[in-house]
Amino acid sequence: MKPAISVILLTTLIGVAQGLFLAYYSAELLSLLMILPNQELVGSSWAGITSLVLLVGGLIASFFHLGHPERAWRAATMWRTSWLSREVIALPITMGFIFIYIVLKLTGNQQVIFSLGNGNQLDLAAVVGFFAMIAVFALFICTAMIYTCLKFLQEWHSPLTVLNFVLMGCASGFVMASAMAAYFDPQIFGYISKAAMVLSVAALISRYASLVRNKNLRSPSTLQTAIGIHHPNIRQIAQGAMGGSYNTRAFIHTYGPSVVQFARRFFLIAGFIVPVLLLAFSSETSVVICALAFLIQYSGLLAERWYFFIEAKHPQNLYYQMIS
Amino acid sequence: MTQLALVIDLNTCVGCHACVTSCKEWNTSGEAGPMADKNPYGADPTGNFFNRVQTFEVGVFPQTQTIHFPKSCLHCEEPPCVPVCPTGASYKRPEDGIVLVDYDKCIGCEYCAWACPYGAREFDESKKVMKKCTLCVDRIYDEELPKSLRKPACVLACPASARIFGDIHDPESEASIAINLSNGYQLMPEWGTQAANHYLPRRKVDIKVHEEDLMRSSNPLDEEDRGQRKPTTRVTLDDSTSW
Repeated sequence: MKPAISVILLTTLIGVAQGLFLAYYSAELLSLLMILPNQELVGSSWAGITSLVLLVGGLIASFFHLGHPERAWRAATMWRTSWLSREVIALPITMGFIFIYIVLKLTGNQQVIFSLGNGNQLDLAAVVGFFAMIAVFALFICTAMIYTCLKFLQEWHSPLTVLNFVLMGCASGFVMASAMAAYFDPQIFGYISKAAMVLSVAALISRYASLVRNKNLRSPSTLQTAIGIHHPNIRQIAQGAMGGSYNTRAFIHTYGPSVVQFARRFFLIAGFIVPVLLLAFSSETSVVICALAFLIQYSGLLAERWYFFIEAKHPQNLYYQMIS
Repeated sequence: MTQLALVIDLNTCVGCHACVTSCKEWNTSGEAGPMADKNPYGADPTGNFFNRVQTFEVGVFPQTQTIHFPKSCLHCEEPPCVPVCPTGASYKRPEDGIVLVDYDKCIGCEYCAWACPYGAREFDESKKVMKKCTLCVDRIYDEELPKSLRKPACVLACPASARIFGDIHDPESEASIAINLSNGYQLMPEWGTQAANHYLPRRKVDIKVHEEDLMRSSNPLDEEDRGQRKPTTRVTLDDSTSW
């Protein structure tokens, strides 16, 4: 498949946004449960705002993928069958919950919904945040299933795709949150940075597993099944158009193997290994190092999503092997 | 239930591209507006086609055969492109099984093209919507036309009659009979798409030529002239003409 830049930006940006929200909200829940020091988190509204901005950024990027963005509202109609439609619904719901969460945090609403056994109280923001967390996970599933559900794109058709999307989104969001924690809330830095490292390592393992899986895949589709002529020696001598067609432009990438190999190495190192090493040598005061870790990881994850498209071999390419 | 489809005879197709040009002519002139046609006279002409003829060489030289392979939307009975459409622009008509795109609802996200293993959908880069073969839905029900002309443009254009149009769910239809008699098959059956369009395979065309077919062995004149003329040098009218 040819990488679609707007889709790469959409999926990586909303991944960071979702992970960032989960990082701060999970810290909030853990402090309510007395696992983390029970202090007011200064950065939680900032994390919410950043998360919302990134979600909006992803949404804007996605519009550049559409031929008719003015009709985008129609995309919410087929949620019964289409994962894309479900994503179109889950994204604004997530944004809505996070928006309400930010408003409640900024207005200092302390309305108690119910009390926990340990004496802590769950306020309205925490309850809204809980629904936002569910929406975040639903959005992860919807986004990943758009790719996973296409069964003949075998490189994508695996539970590993869903796991990769969740883990990479969470990892990048937690790495960003570690920079924010170092700046705003040093008391949760230890939790956030350790979780960021664990998630990054888990994402590396899961992504590497899918690389191994995809390397050994063999498509049941061949030129023989594509045209139904069962002879071992078939070669195309004309594809019906000399100047290329949509089929050659949208599905066949023209990057050389060295570029593709470089991208794979780059995303494995920059997307996972470097940020983990940087976080391992960071402390409560190293805002810059954490921010740097995030920027390096994000560039790595952009390369990862680019490679994700390059990796998938569409069976229609069997019909477009030779111009003439 | 009706399932309209094309049956394409690969044994007959001569690769003339008449179906391609007539398809483009009909569909670019219709109510839906013109199809993309970029640099038509330039170095790299490109544009929208609902139907293309590809050519494959089978075998090892000199024992090769050329296969001309017309490819358009197969109007699958389980179309993978339809459920993924987020707007419902892509749909399969229950009454006749034609898979269509509502160009006024399509947002141009191209997800359906990703979901089609055959590459049958082509994005119109001028209109920014997804387009595909309609089985000439604006023609096959047109009661202004005489009944014999209510067929897709490609079928009418084919000079070799390599394309048959009909209801493959009706066992009496010309299309069903052709599929049954000539082992019609579907493309990429491994994905369970149940493609409605079928292809008829190449058949062995092995003509046994006997010596007597080329030279009469029992010409009465030869009997009369026995010993006077050598029969092998004699060329009859039958031998020198081919009708």
